[in-house]
Amino acid sequence: MAKTQVTPGMFSQVEVAPSWKTPIAYSFFGLLVTFLFGVAGPTGAVSFELASKTDFVQLPNFVISASALNVGLGIVMMLIAAASAALTFLKKQTPQWLSIVLGLLGATGLLGWLAAGKSIPVAFILGSAVVLAVPIILGALGGVMSERVGVVNIGIEGQLLTGAFMAAVVGTITHNLWIGLIAAMVAAAILSMALASLAITYLVDQIIIGVLINVLVIGVTNFLYSQWLADAGEEVNFPGTFDIIAIPGLAQIPIIGPALFTTRITVYLTYILVPLVWFVLFRTKLGLRARAVGEHPTAADTVGINVGRTRFWWVTIGGAIAGLGGAALTIGNVGAFGREMSGGLGFIALAVVILGRWQPFYVSAAALLFGFAIILRVWANSVNPGIPTDFITMVPYLVTLVAVAGFAGKVRPPAASGQPYIKG
Amino acid sequence: MSKTNQIMREIMSASPMRVFLSVVLGFVIGSIFMAVFNEDVVDSYQYFFASPGYTFQVAFQTIFDGYAALFKGAIFNFESTDPVDMFRPITETLRLSAPLIMAGLGVALGFRVGLFNVGGTGQLVMGLLGATWVSTRMELPYGLHMVVALVVAVVLAGLTGGLVGFLKAKTGAHEVIVTIMMNYIAVDLFTYFLRTPGLLLETDGPGNPKSDAPALTAQFPRLLGEDFKLNIGILLAIAAAVVYWWLMERSTIGYRFRMVGFNANAAKASGINVNRTYIWAMAASAAFIGLAAANQGLGETGGLTSSIHANIGFDAITVALLGGSRARGVVIAGLVFGAFKAGSATMQITGVSPEVLGIIEALIVLFIAAPPLIRAIFRLPSPKEQ
Repeated sequence: MAKTQVTPGMFSQVEVAPSWKTPIAYSFFGLLVTFLFGVAGPTGAVSFELASKTDFVQLPNFVISASALNVGLGIVMMLIAAASAALTFLKKQTPQWLSIVLGLLGATGLLGWLAAGKSIPVAFILGSAVVLAVPIILGALGGVMSERVGVVNIGIEGQLLTGAFMAAVVGTITHNLWIGLIAAMVAAAILSMALASLAITYLVDQIIIGVLINVLVIGVTNFLYSQWLADAGEEVNFPGTFDIIAIPGLAQIPIIGPALFTTRITVYLTYILVPLVWFVLFRTKLGLRARAVGEHPTAADTVGINVGRTRFWWVTIGGAIAGLGGAALTIGNVGAFGREMSGGLGFIALAVVILGRWQPFYVSAAALLFGFAIILRVWANSVNPGIPTDFITMVPYLVTLVAVAGFAGKVRPPAASGQPYIKG
Repeated sequence: MSKTNQIMREIMSASPMRVFLSVVLGFVIGSIFMAVFNEDVVDSYQYFFASPGYTFQVAFQTIFDGYAALFKGAIFNFESTDPVDMFRPITETLRLSAPLIMAGLGVALGFRVGLFNVGGTGQLVMGLLGATWVSTRMELPYGLHMVVALVVAVVLAGLTGGLVGFLKAKTGAHEVIVTIMMNYIAVDLFTYFLRTPGLLLETDGPGNPKSDAPALTAQFPRLLGEDFKLNIGILLAIAAAVVYWWLMERSTIGYRFRMVGFNANAAKASGINVNRTYIWAMAASAAFIGLAAANQGLGETGGLTSSIHANIGFDAITVALLGGSRARGVVIAGLVFGAFKAGSATMQITGVSPEVLGIIEALIVLFIAAPPLIRAIFRLPSPKEQ
């Protein structure tokens, strides 16, 4: 039965020559924006509110017709598709950042299409997208760290939920959110140790163990919620949130300031962690060893790297980061813990790891796409409940599906990802 | 790879002793959760140093009451004198087991082929979409109506699964990611249908996202009269298990499925088209889940909301793991989890949160899926040393 065979190139095919799928997918999105949102779209004017009344720098609103905006954006997107086609013709890979630019243009187009005849609070949307993306980014960062050393981590959902629970409960009991934050990280790290030792020492199928950890954490937190937190909410589940800190100087920058630099400590920690993980992974000896373990454990072992220990600690620290992501859900955003409040973000993080090609910066960009989609649904429901928001909700999942299927030819996971290493 | 295969075989051939120990351990740890967080027990902590015996007495009473309530809600109501009330629990267990068995067989089929079908929810919801459309928007004679709705559910779910297999075969996209994304897409699509007048929104309702009740001609007939909600779903589940057994153990296509699951490279070398097998296997896996969709959609007498999928797609994974992906094992596992579902309401009344059953479920499967772990706990010898 459970032979979830994880072979090199598990999540996609092996690295091959640049594929025509990328320019085709790009032009598909370009045509979509030009014709569906642009030519066939509403003509009402969209007003982008670039500054709120309390902002340091006042900017006038940017007003444009929704269809003109989308035709323009669509043409730029198709130019990018043409550039990608030219690169493919020259047998060169399309750089990843072009996908990010394309995603941003598409997102702006969608926003304009939805908001025809209305105004868009740009800083609010951007800031909320970041706050909502933080748990996904941190969860995915934990996923990157464990997959880079060759352990597939399906248990991100469980780690996020553990972090969210511990942060709220310990934060309330101790009246200190910092202790709650540390408790969240420690608890999720311990959970990761369980995953790591079962996978490394006991050689249990990594995918199965991850699924079971999710089921177990959902069971435990649901039980504790209804048996304990629901009745004693005031004493154990009333943590409050971290204060919003405005970074002097940076917070005064138009748009970006109020959106990105007037926020909570959990978001600032994410700003630090993403480049830090990238640096350690790609610029230090430690990271080189870790990647060696993930790509070719036998070779790493031969040159004296302890495969088991490396895997164990990377998975554990990754778990601590995912736990921080969980804490961002409670004490970094809404405060109290709610039943199954991670609501599938851990699974989205899993997809984001692949979408971002196991690279912290790209992973963060992909996570932002989902954060944007969540806030877009909330906002679209409030300004224009007439449109079928179910379809907007679908967009990031469809994009992921197209990306995983369409860009698959170019993506290659760490070669030993998911394979237990048995010495000898 | 051979060592990994050996581990997989070990999980599949779980010895009765190990299954028994896993179940016992799961219930023991579950009991600890029940006792430690129970209100009465928590109240007794203040007397702990004065009379520790009292705390233990309260704790054991809590555990006993909890499991007695589970038994009362899932097997036999020994406190009642009315025969209908006495035997209703076991019929509820059978009724709730049916979709778990059907969907569990689907996930199990995937496991046997080396595919991990996490997309149960999405496939179930697509099946529900089809079944609900037929049962509320079409008029057909009694009997035929139900069959058509059932077939549509199975086919739509199967196509959804087949699409996953197709994407995996053609682009190399991993089925775990594809199915997770399809879960969300399918649920959104179903919600859209339920929300939209003229599609599936109930005709004379207040406009909440809810469908009409399935037509009387399409509902699953009840087995034991109007006093019991048990319907033919459980018979379909048993039939599905027989079909699964024949398909996997006796048919040519089942042989190919198992071959690919055992070693895809060897299967390829011996002339099996692995990619095509993936497509068929995902479709077949999803078809079993489509049967569970029909059970959910046609077994109800009221309108459906989007929560009707009842997380069966994910529960099916634990059912398949507990059942070792074998027909008989899946039926037994489905019955156990069905009993847990049936008994949770009575547990709630005694002050024990039925969520503890979720913990027990997860622990049992965890111990069964990790043979070396349970051996380490009980100091059992490893098979090699025997």
